[in-house]
Amino acid sequence: MRDVAIIGVGITKFGELWEKSLRDIFVESALQAIDNCGVKKIDAMYIGNFSGGLFVGQEHLGSLLADYLGCVSVPATRVEAACASGALALKQAFLEVASGFSDIILVSGVEKMTDVDTGEATFGLAAAADREYEAFHGVTFPGLYALIARRHMFEYGTTREQLAKVAVKNHKNGAKNPHAQFPFEVTLEQVLNSTLIADPLRLLDCSPISDGAASVIICPLERAKEFTNKPVKIIGVGHATDTIALADRENITTLRATVEAGKQAYKMAGVKPEDIDLAEVHDCFTIAEICAIEDLGFANKGEGGKAVEEGLTDIDGKIPVNPSGGLKSKGHPVGATGIAQIVEVVTQLRGEAGERQVKNAKIGLTHNLGGSGGSVIVHILEAM
Amino acid sequence: MGKGVTVPKTWREFPQRYRLEASKCNNCGKIFFPPRLICSNCKSREFTPIKLPKEGKIYSFTIIRTPSSEFKDYSPFAIALIELENGVKIMSQLVDCNFNDLEIGKRVKLVFRKIQEDSSSGIIAYGYKCVLVKS
Repeated sequence: MRDVAIIGVGITKFGELWEKSLRDIFVESALQAIDNCGVKKIDAMYIGNFSGGLFVGQEHLGSLLADYLGCVSVPATRVEAACASGALALKQAFLEVASGFSDIILVSGVEKMTDVDTGEATFGLAAAADREYEAFHGVTFPGLYALIARRHMFEYGTTREQLAKVAVKNHKNGAKNPHAQFPFEVTLEQVLNSTLIADPLRLLDCSPISDGAASVIICPLERAKEFTNKPVKIIGVGHATDTIALADRENITTLRATVEAGKQAYKMAGVKPEDIDLAEVHDCFTIAEICAIEDLGFANKGEGGKAVEEGLTDIDGKIPVNPSGGLKSKGHPVGATGIAQIVEVVTQLRGEAGERQVKNAKIGLTHNLGGSGGSVIVHILEAM
Repeated sequence: MGKGVTVPKTWREFPQRYRLEASKCNNCGKIFFPPRLICSNCKSREFTPIKLPKEGKIYSFTIIRTPSSEFKDYSPFAIALIELENGVKIMSQLVDCNFNDLEIGKRVKLVFRKIQEDSSSGIIAYGYKCVLVKS
């Protein structure tokens, strides 16, 4: 396999972008990524998108988006793994470059969720769960994570305040991110007093419904210097699945796919959790970040809440988690999230993250999770 | 929108929704609900149909206050993961209860109820919900 590098990045503002369509935001992020590295021609495109069909009534995104990017005839592949669609698109593109099949690939994630109302968006999101044996009974995504949260609290004594502190930390970071949907700080009291969505989770425990797109350009490492003096190498890739339904898991407080994908990525990269300088993890709900830092080995099982409380994951902590603001503050346009995480880590490893820069960042990890943990993709990146 | 209930799907799922039919692996004994064609534990393809027990206890629960479109008239409602007496877990609504009485470990039993409907003139999907067992 050839070594693969990320050479260009682009990202739109995340939020309720009512004035822009799915194709608009995709092209905006793709052109940024192309301009960021100056490639003249792309050999292939991969697009991570969860549900163009349910959110905007549009499938066949490969053709549509290649066309609107002015790239008719370029092979374009749309990839879907619920909220992990973006990172899965990168993994597939990585394999295509590593194998020698293609050289320059545009990898994008895009989701347009605010063309429908909250009830329809919630119905669409439930397509990432087991439609027949979960969503059929009325459980929503906040509901599934609420079940995980309550069990985590029951088994390990994780507290309501510890959950809230994840949101407080991520909003503090996101306040410094110009792309964030909610670039402002929130207090512990605001989180604890926000509207109940699915007990014990409240509004400010949940990532929002968002529109947004993010793009990266990858190429063989040996060619990276033609386009940039700051290439970032993909040193680890891990990808695993778990049962789609929570009911089929022996234990719902450990997300097995995270553990497995993390192990694969650490092994391939030849690094350990303590070698990671920063991580972007999938905090679709506050409890998800606590599970993720435990399952990725940054904290012992059951001690994730305590780790957050003690500042381990703060931007100046031992392992800064979600310096971008995470899904919570930055926004969660489902298919775009995995690529947005990559964009943040590349920006950090290049030393271009401005006010939210993590000091001496050399190795970064991304953790992108689909559904309630049915799919997880972990990437480890290193500054060259 | 809302394709949770259609005629073929509702008809096809009668054995699970109405009769709690599961399958038990003939080789390793693992029980699957809904039934499967291959055992995830031992890869055997031989199963015996069984009926799930109707009692169990709350493994975890939540109150849905922002439902998806097809459940908007029912909100708020309780949802739980129930661990049945044979160890199988199922997702189910918890009804006829005071939310304050819900606790992990409390005993419940399954009852037959309406789950959702396909518009005011469409078909109605029935199935199981659970209620607390009075101690």
